[in-house]
Amino acid sequence: MSNKIIYGLFADDELLLDATKKLVSKGHRVNEVYSPYPVHGLDTAMGLKYSRLAITSFLYGMLGAFLITLLMWYVMVSDWPMIIGGKPNFSYGQNLPAFIPVTFEATVFFAAHLMVITFLFRCGLFPGSSSRNPDPRTTDDKFLMEIHESDSKKITEIKSILKNSGAQEIKVKNSNSELLEEFEEKRKKEKNKKKIRSKKNNGLLEKFFKIIGKNPKKNE
Amino acid sequence: MYNITTDIKRLSFFLILIGLVAMAYGFFQSLTVVSDDKIKSTVKKIAKELNLEYKSKYKLETKEEKNIHLDEFDQLIENSEEDSKNINNHQKEDYSELIYMVEKKLHCHIDPNHVHTVSDVVYAAKHYFHAKHQRPWSSLLISTLFFLMVSVAATLWWALQYVAQAGWSALLLRIPMAISSFIPYAALILIFIIITAGLHWHHTFHWMAEGIMDPSDSYYDEIIANKAAYLNIPFFLIRTFICLIGWYCFAYLLKKYSLSEDKYGGGTKWYNKSYKTAVSFVLFFGITSAFAGWDWIMSIDTHWFSTLFSWYALASFFVTACAFIAIITIYLMYNGYFKELNNSHMHDFGRYLLAFSIFWTYLWFAQYMLIWYANIPEEVTYYQERYDYYYPLVMITLMINFLAPFLLLMNRSSKRSKGKVLFVACLIVLGHFFDVFLMITPGTMHDHWHLGFVEIGTFLGFLGFFILVVFRNLSKYQLIQKNHPMLGESEHHEIHIH
Repeated sequence: MSNKIIYGLFADDELLLDATKKLVSKGHRVNEVYSPYPVHGLDTAMGLKYSRLAITSFLYGMLGAFLITLLMWYVMVSDWPMIIGGKPNFSYGQNLPAFIPVTFEATVFFAAHLMVITFLFRCGLFPGSSSRNPDPRTTDDKFLMEIHESDSKKITEIKSILKNSGAQEIKVKNSNSELLEEFEEKRKKEKNKKKIRSKKNNGLLEKFFKIIGKNPKKNE
Repeated sequence: MYNITTDIKRLSFFLILIGLVAMAYGFFQSLTVVSDDKIKSTVKKIAKELNLEYKSKYKLETKEEKNIHLDEFDQLIENSEEDSKNINNHQKEDYSELIYMVEKKLHCHIDPNHVHTVSDVVYAAKHYFHAKHQRPWSSLLISTLFFLMVSVAATLWWALQYVAQAGWSALLLRIPMAISSFIPYAALILIFIIITAGLHWHHTFHWMAEGIMDPSDSYYDEIIANKAAYLNIPFFLIRTFICLIGWYCFAYLLKKYSLSEDKYGGGTKWYNKSYKTAVSFVLFFGITSAFAGWDWIMSIDTHWFSTLFSWYALASFFVTACAFIAIITIYLMYNGYFKELNNSHMHDFGRYLLAFSIFWTYLWFAQYMLIWYANIPEEVTYYQERYDYYYPLVMITLMINFLAPFLLLMNRSSKRSKGKVLFVACLIVLGHFFDVFLMITPGTMHDHWHLGFVEIGTFLGFLGFFILVVFRNLSKYQLIQKNHPMLGESEHHEIHIH
């Protein structure tokens, strides 16, 4: 048996949320959702685990506080004690108030920057990485659901659930790149068609009606 | 609709009774004060019996020191240190007997470490009785200011919900409204305190003392006299009345529009009116809160000044107001009201408490660190006094007001739990009572301070009065503003994980 990926494309976030809830309640796992904006309640519906990013932020903050304390202690107390404002720096503790602002800033600096970098790497967004989004329409107004499954029985069940919950397109592929290739071919064809059409007919109003006819909105 | 329960009534009457007993005790104690002349004559008499000379060596020494060249300064310090050591060792025994006899005769307490001459004994005894006389008045001022500013800060919180067009709080706006109804009561007591201070019944505001701005008087203080343009009783009273009447009017208007909205409904008409009133209140309060901080609190330590002080005081009162709103909301939730509120509302209260506790600490530290670092004598006296005599209380205040909310409310799940938010809110109320205590008492009672029955009892009495007024007002009107345009948003309020 080979691993298959089922894609369900939705035009509305409510439909996507309902489909996710249905799938999860039937015991399936929604592996990934691509959406143009954060959908409220999707994380809990998908059963995502609580992000561990906050823990890294705490560790980075501690690291920053430690490093800057070390630096200030070495520079201001140990290596070359300086008298500032009539306060001889013979001990770190006695001059603690003076060191607090810098410690605070360094803690925030380390926590914030390292956390953002961790987040980017965790998402695979390091320099030179390519986009992993299989359908570029999800950056505009569509929502794409991705389910990994190998059992053919389950695949048909998932497909029927997706269909019943209002998915626009349902596709089964072997990998993300397959879907992307298909999408790009389709787009090329449409472009060619549009070119021919625009040569035939330049009427803007007619074009407008055609677009409306093509994208019927749900009146829910 | 909420109805005040007999439990609440009983509790508040009990607390008011404690407060009345504490205040009566305090004022009775302050009546047994010995007058300055009597102290002087008694000490002189005892000193004569013990063959001690009544003169102040201390003053002679300081006069000599004034005309010394800078090069000789180090030499002088060494000499004077040796001299003072010799003098202390030689004369301490003599004074201990004097101190003992004076203490026995006048029923007072004198710190032997500060006594170097006979006049020091007179000075210390005078201070002891001044503090004793001052005690009920300063505890009254602490509690009055605490509850006045908390009810005004609750009004500010209420106005801020309109200014920010916040949706989540639409369900519970009647709670700050009920708290704001305490303004006139506390305002009247504050005016009473200020007028009695002007009549010299007590010595809370040092700059009001007789002869302090008169160059021919022995009590003349040049630094305070230079502040006469701002610190004089008529102008002080004018500022007080502008603040109190202005706040009361804005709270009245907000209340009126809120009740009209209940009555007439009609879209956003009353909401927009409330919005405009709230914006003008925030602007008005931005200016008047500075005067309030300078006049009623900072002018007690008349020599000292800090540009940050009013914000620091305001942060203290604002976080307490948030705590009171949270406590009353959670109390009502435990009693079956506010079924629409969920733990996302608790999350917001937790955020308010955490954020403004950190804000308070930030301002406290910003004020402290600059003064500590610059070490200018005229500024540093404020913290000198607090660190010499109040050090444990300062540290406890910092622990309760910063560390406790910071550690207890840091976690997301504890911000969403009613019990934990309630616990931290109660801690914050306690901690900020200590904070207000530390703002006022060192300036009025110096090292003769108490945190005993009079202070705590007065606070409890005010708490009872506050509870009675607030819950009476809560039960007068609908608990939820039924025509508020953002009611739906508040009912469906949910904070998501991202």
